[in-house]
Amino acid sequence: MPIPCDQNPITLASYLDGELPPDQIPAMHEHIATCPQCASEIAELTSLKSSLRAARGHHTPTLEFRKKLQQQIAPPRRPRPNMLRFIPVALALAAMLLLAFTWTQHSRRQDAFSEVADLHVNALASTNPLDVISTDRHTVKPWFQGRIPFSFNVPELTGSEFTLLGGRVVYLHQQPGAQLIVAMRQHKISVLIFQASSGQALPFPVSTEASGHNAFTVETWQSNGLRFLVIGDVDATEIERLAQSLKQANS
Amino acid sequence: MEPEFFEQLAMPLFDQLYNLAHWLTGDRADAEDLVQETYAKSLKGFRSFQQGTNLRAWMYRILRNTFHTSRTGLAAQNTSSIEEEEAQGTSVTAHTITPELLLLQQEGQQTVLDALAALPVAYREIILLSEVEEFSYREIAQILDVPIGTVMSRLSRARTALRRPQKANMLERSIDADTL
Ligand SMILES: [Zn+2]
Repeated sequence: MPIPCDQNPITLASYLDGELPPDQIPAMHEHIATCPQCASEIAELTSLKSSLRAARGHHTPTLEFRKKLQQQIAPPRRPRPNMLRFIPVALALAAMLLLAFTWTQHSRRQDAFSEVADLHVNALASTNPLDVISTDRHTVKPWFQGRIPFSFNVPELTGSEFTLLGGRVVYLHQQPGAQLIVAMRQHKISVLIFQASSGQALPFPVSTEASGHNAFTVETWQSNGLRFLVIGDVDATEIERLAQSLKQANS
Repeated sequence: MEPEFFEQLAMPLFDQLYNLAHWLTGDRADAEDLVQETYAKSLKGFRSFQQGTNLRAWMYRILRNTFHTSRTGLAAQNTSSIEEEEAQGTSVTAHTITPELLLLQQEGQQTVLDALAALPVAYREIILLSEVEEFSYREIAQILDVPIGTVMSRLSRARTALRRPQKANMLERSIDADTL
């Protein structure tokens, strides 16, 4: 008869769920290695876990339902009033062509914008958004060396309304770049820096002035082969002020 | 905060929330209603949503509470028997390799999924939150509004039930005959 084991099955499950306090893990390893009962219990729980993986994504929503829900949470903006109807036909045609062109440009920018906005939102939503946590620009700059194929200068923000929180490496279209997170009162602002000319051009808006975009304001410019983007949910004037200090540091 | 910001944060959860809703309700139409109501409530509450709060756990909590107050949810739950059992603290026998279990392993995933679908809702939801959604015990405690100790014991019971189909049937005594 094997010696009965007094190990609590809930503790065993906690161990498998990664919920056991770290200091108890070595003892648990040792116990499982010498206790056939617990070893088989662990094996069964593991097999159950792997079977249950099939329950992930088992039910998928229909495309219609996705569209319906998306409309519900983000109602489409109202179409502009039709000003074309009083204009003579030829002129109207020309206007429509121009409108189509502008619209294409607009939607292309929209796409580029949402990718950048995604990087910003991901950093805010992440529980551990920063690879390097530092309020000191002299720590942040060398940290990026060797991680991204270019270097840039971080402006001195001490004494301003902006506080550098840290940075992380991000990817946009497979290109590595730097993301700095800057705090301003309760708001967070992302500064994204990518190489401007490396093969395919990044489809960023070309404009240099800040453009308001629903929840976010973004300002972007190019300088010394680098593309800078500043994005956040603060006023355009504040984005502009932060952009100015970055421009000065990298001119 | 703006609806656009909510959309960017909440839409990535859509597929997962739907999957959970369908597992809970067992029905496409009910799952769609549940997800729709969850998003409506979340959007409404988003303005008061505190930065730094766990948005994912928060939305799951809304979905779960909405389910339990819905017609389907009320029909499916059997709160009294869960509380009774947990108060009794009947210990779960571990270290059992039964012929049924061996058979279960051989029949593979489908059997486990069928057993999952047949579990009483309180056990089904905790298995889904832990094994499928991979929430931590602390997060599950928040979502279900119960102490962590209850999370651990209920989860343990749910696993035992899944490993022994006849035990699942026992727990299921309150469920209508049509699911049997
Ligand atoms: Zn043991």
